[in-house]
Amino acid sequence: MTSTVDAGTTTPEPEIGKARSRKEDEHLLTGRTKWTDNLVLPGMVHLAILRSPLAHARITNIDVTEARKMPGVIAVYTGADLAEEQGSLPCAWQITPDMKAPPAPALAVDTVNFAGEAVAVVAARSAYEAHDALEGIDVDYDELPVVLDLAAAAREGSDLVHPDLGTNVSATWIFDSAEAGTGGNVEDAIRDAEVVVERTFRQQRLIPAFMEPRSTVVDPTGPQITMWSATQVPHVLKLMLAMSLGIPEHKLRVIAPDVGGGFGGKLQVTPEEVVTLLVARRLGKPAKYTETRSESMAAAHHGRDQIQKLTLAARRDGTVTGLKVELLADMGAYLRLVTSGVPILGAFMFNGIYKFGAYHFSCTNVFTNKVPTDAYRGAGRPEATFAIERIMDELAAELSMDPLELREKNWIRHEEFPFATIAGLTYDSGNYEAATARAKELFDYDALRREQAERRERNDPVQLGIGVSTFTEMCGLAPSRVLGSLAYGAGGWEHASIRMLPTGKVEVVTGASAHGQGHETAFSQIVADRLGIPFEDIEVLHGDTQTAPRGLDTYGSRSLAVGGIAIVAAAEKVVAKARPIAAHLLECAEEDLEFTGGRFQVAGTQKAVALTDVALAVFAAHNLPDGIEPNLDSEATYDPDNFSYPHGTHLCAVEVDTETGWVRIRKYVCVDDIGHVVNPLIVDGQVHGGLAQGIAQALYEEAVHDETGTLLSGSFAEYLLPSSADLPEFTTDRTETPATGNPLGVKGVGEAGTIASTPAVVNSVLDAVRHLGVRDIEMPCTPMRVWHAIESAQGGAR
Amino acid sequence: MIPSAFDYVAPTSLDEAVDALVSAGEDAKVIAGGQSLMPVLRLRMAAPTVLVDIGRVPELRGVREDGDELVIGAMTTHHDVAHDPLVREHARLLAEAASTVADPQIRHRGTLGGALAHADPAGDMGAPVMALDGTFVAVGPAGRRSIPAADFFEDYFTTALGADEILAEIRIPKHSGWAAHYEKFNRVAHAWSIVGVAATVAVENGTIAQARVALTNMASVPVRARGVEELLTGRPANADTIREAAEHAAEGTSPIGDGNADVEYRTHLARVLTRRAVTTAAGL
Amino acid sequence: MRITVTVDGTSYTDDVEPRLLLVHYLRDRLGKVGTVVGCDTSNCGACTVHLNGRSVKSCSVLAVQADGAEVTTVEGLATDGALHPVQQAFHDNHALQCGYCTPGMIMSTLDLLSENPDPDDRQVRLGLEGNLCRCTGYQNIVAAAQDAARRLREADATAGGAR
Repeated sequence: MTSTVDAGTTTPEPEIGKARSRKEDEHLLTGRTKWTDNLVLPGMVHLAILRSPLAHARITNIDVTEARKMPGVIAVYTGADLAEEQGSLPCAWQITPDMKAPPAPALAVDTVNFAGEAVAVVAARSAYEAHDALEGIDVDYDELPVVLDLAAAAREGSDLVHPDLGTNVSATWIFDSAEAGTGGNVEDAIRDAEVVVERTFRQQRLIPAFMEPRSTVVDPTGPQITMWSATQVPHVLKLMLAMSLGIPEHKLRVIAPDVGGGFGGKLQVTPEEVVTLLVARRLGKPAKYTETRSESMAAAHHGRDQIQKLTLAARRDGTVTGLKVELLADMGAYLRLVTSGVPILGAFMFNGIYKFGAYHFSCTNVFTNKVPTDAYRGAGRPEATFAIERIMDELAAELSMDPLELREKNWIRHEEFPFATIAGLTYDSGNYEAATARAKELFDYDALRREQAERRERNDPVQLGIGVSTFTEMCGLAPSRVLGSLAYGAGGWEHASIRMLPTGKVEVVTGASAHGQGHETAFSQIVADRLGIPFEDIEVLHGDTQTAPRGLDTYGSRSLAVGGIAIVAAAEKVVAKARPIAAHLLECAEEDLEFTGGRFQVAGTQKAVALTDVALAVFAAHNLPDGIEPNLDSEATYDPDNFSYPHGTHLCAVEVDTETGWVRIRKYVCVDDIGHVVNPLIVDGQVHGGLAQGIAQALYEEAVHDETGTLLSGSFAEYLLPSSADLPEFTTDRTETPATGNPLGVKGVGEAGTIASTPAVVNSVLDAVRHLGVRDIEMPCTPMRVWHAIESAQGGAR
Repeated sequence: MIPSAFDYVAPTSLDEAVDALVSAGEDAKVIAGGQSLMPVLRLRMAAPTVLVDIGRVPELRGVREDGDELVIGAMTTHHDVAHDPLVREHARLLAEAASTVADPQIRHRGTLGGALAHADPAGDMGAPVMALDGTFVAVGPAGRRSIPAADFFEDYFTTALGADEILAEIRIPKHSGWAAHYEKFNRVAHAWSIVGVAATVAVENGTIAQARVALTNMASVPVRARGVEELLTGRPANADTIREAAEHAAEGTSPIGDGNADVEYRTHLARVLTRRAVTTAAGL
Repeated sequence: MRITVTVDGTSYTDDVEPRLLLVHYLRDRLGKVGTVVGCDTSNCGACTVHLNGRSVKSCSVLAVQADGAEVTTVEGLATDGALHPVQQAFHDNHALQCGYCTPGMIMSTLDLLSENPDPDDRQVRLGLEGNLCRCTGYQNIVAAAQDAARRLREADATAGGAR
């Protein structure tokens, strides 16, 4: 069916760039949600997990007889019961050929290696009865020495977490610019430097603390084993379950329904998922496990946890010449999915936005008797950005230079892009000048500096500090070849398929796996523009390996920069398939056709046919050109050439009450450049949320253990997430320097706010009190730490 | 997490409540608003076999005047204490402190009596009641008895209430027209007090005619800062007076150190916050 | 124990264990999965509902304590398929991302506005201090609350003060 263009028809305004409110919202706002814990299946059993109270011990006996007798209990299993089936939880990143990794059972068999490790599982008719039955399990432990201190654990002669490994060191990974051929020798640079700044920073251990506790339901009763899980990686999970449990991959289906936040914390193959599957399979009944928050704090993987020693070499005029980074990274007791690789991801970003002549990075991954660390928003890059942005401020202070001036002296200039960095990456585009100028303007930088000076002059008990963070990051994970060169177990492509339905509606299937990011909305906007289909007529499907069989899920700010590009590529294929059919229907040559606004139009005439009409014609297949398949549906798999390099300038002003150490953020301004913007609402939301987490690392959060290895910050009463009352209003703005590597010109944004903000805040706190003699304050900058720092610096003379 | 199983009774009169408590025996617990008890039960830090819910005893709610005293029913919620016109007029300090407890949802359920009986040293309501010289009225099988605030708090989570007694009401001598301020120091808005200072003053013609000050979380129980009060009473209401008086804030306290505050810092905070609390209360 | 609770306008009678938490009663017995559990120390507020007209954390209330009471959950807000102004404001202001904290956040916002129909930025932030969000950084939630306040005041004005 062809149609002519109606007289009043105009090309609709572009969807990309529109502040569209989200398709996802309706069901979330009205409580018609699909959290994993909502699921109820016939005959379903509820699981509860018994966890070790000790951080390091041998299990000498487990007696489950009482538990088995308790009301509602159907079965109780220990690690010994599941030992053969459970295999070892996978680590997908063997960063060095000689990397040491202990076996990682889902249920501990002989030894427990962190407090909270799963030891036994109860299956009962209700969750309440399952929890009760935990008290009927009696475990005898022989305590072993507990290894908690990261620096001590790395030293010869330390007690060992895994005696069989003979060491607590899992691996040491090195990058050297001289060896890599990207620059000179860092020891030379340090030796020849006019100024050398040496600092040791601590990246405290954090807890991702997504609001939805993890939950898994497994139904073993169908032709496939179906697992619903609050995961951000259904595809990875399916593959890893198949490989580590020996389940035929085609017999497994994994579904991520609504997922309440992840932040990297749900990027995992968890003991709980494995246990739920094995129990369900054994019992032949559906099984559900939902963790309590206390369990989540102790047993879901943690983030960060590094000791960073930096040596910065520079000239007296502020030009930086070399950077040496020596890291100790706390793995925890096991290597989970990407535990080993997180610090390595940061290896390429310690040089930041600056031009260095020499760079050396070494990281030693160390085991301790704590829950494993793994990805958490930024995964390695916040650690790197914190270190470089902190030490640049230290250099500025040492040289009595304005910190922004120092950065400008060293950053890559706009006209120098694309730029090959000392760490071996090529940043495609950026404009640090523009972002910084705008940020300074919004911040009223000069006025705040004047106020700071005035307050210092009169020794005001409330001092003002200004912190700078000019960051870039590498996201849009990731070019598969780069991942391969780093010995990561998988690639970094993403897949999309587009189905053109006969009635003109479109189904988009993506391998990305949203857990709050608004993919359905943003991807609909992209497809609406590319195919000229109304936004409302597009349905985005994701999260179910049966519906979206191919994908690599969501993390590393990749869903738009990689997933979105796969969608663009698939859309182009749809148009390419439709073109000859349109030409046939319009009885013209393909070359005479223009495709705009969803219509193929014969150039210079009013003859046109809508893509949706082509779709219907294809369905009927009554009148197609010879040899053409009656199908417009197309798919594409996109493997990026490069990472994505968003950047930004963040400025933070804090008031420090020197009498109490209290820190209040007076003003927070950020100007971020994420290339072209698909949906500004979603982008702002990601920035706000990222800032909140980065600020929280600077001021509030820390996973604290006592000397026995028990997690003291085991609930939201002790692990302090900021509420609305604790955060300021943020001033956000953007510059737009398109990415050069993809047709949308987009860069990732999901982690940027977190990466940038932590050093901005800590720098501002130090800036407020440096004149009092304070050299450093460890994160989080609690009031007590700030006060003590001032007291010590002043010699207690106050 | 999920509490252990318990039996539950919901008496509708005070006598019934006392009887229920007596017959339930040792492993019974009173539940008022439940905002302190429920987390304890959910984490299985306690496993009572019987809960006696006093939430349906009407005579335990509400605020009334009785001569020169305010009588506040133990089941009066923090929200109601904070908003009650009688409290705001005659025991302003109590209202100020109540409005800082936890968050709005918890203030809608949590009760003054429940919080006081729970006696968490970081709880905000003990210090104001101490400062106002309140009296606790307990009802048990032997009848009613009055316990002065100074005698009520014995130790961490330990009060003078017998196992078979219910806190029925809190009596506060009227401090009509006194200005008040509760200075609460915590790390995030919904967190427990690291240190809190309850201050209420009567200022006449530029002189601090009377002052009452008490501290939260500077010991296992709320502490009355009598040393501070002495140095305020009868003195001119100015910064110097207050600064000098506040130096004595830590007297009689025995603060513990924890992750949020070591002893040195806590002690220092007590002085700084006392100065600020009194300054604000005095309208300076 | 037998309890009768009116939830979102419908009366339910059930036999429950005394220890059954109100939030579990709603989710597991009544199938009202809109209200969720986020923690075990009554910090996060994801479980917030209205009990006899006031916001409470349903994880810290026993179902037996709600006997004879009226409970409103997020599922009771929309009327005839139309979003409640607070829900609409959340949508229009992009005040939710993963949505897990959202029902609790909405119920707390409603309660705040019932007591303070015109809160400023600070009052909104303090009014929501009992609800944690990990996704949004709160900025859009604050905007949504003030937007909702305006809509409710306008609706009030149009209705001649009768709501």
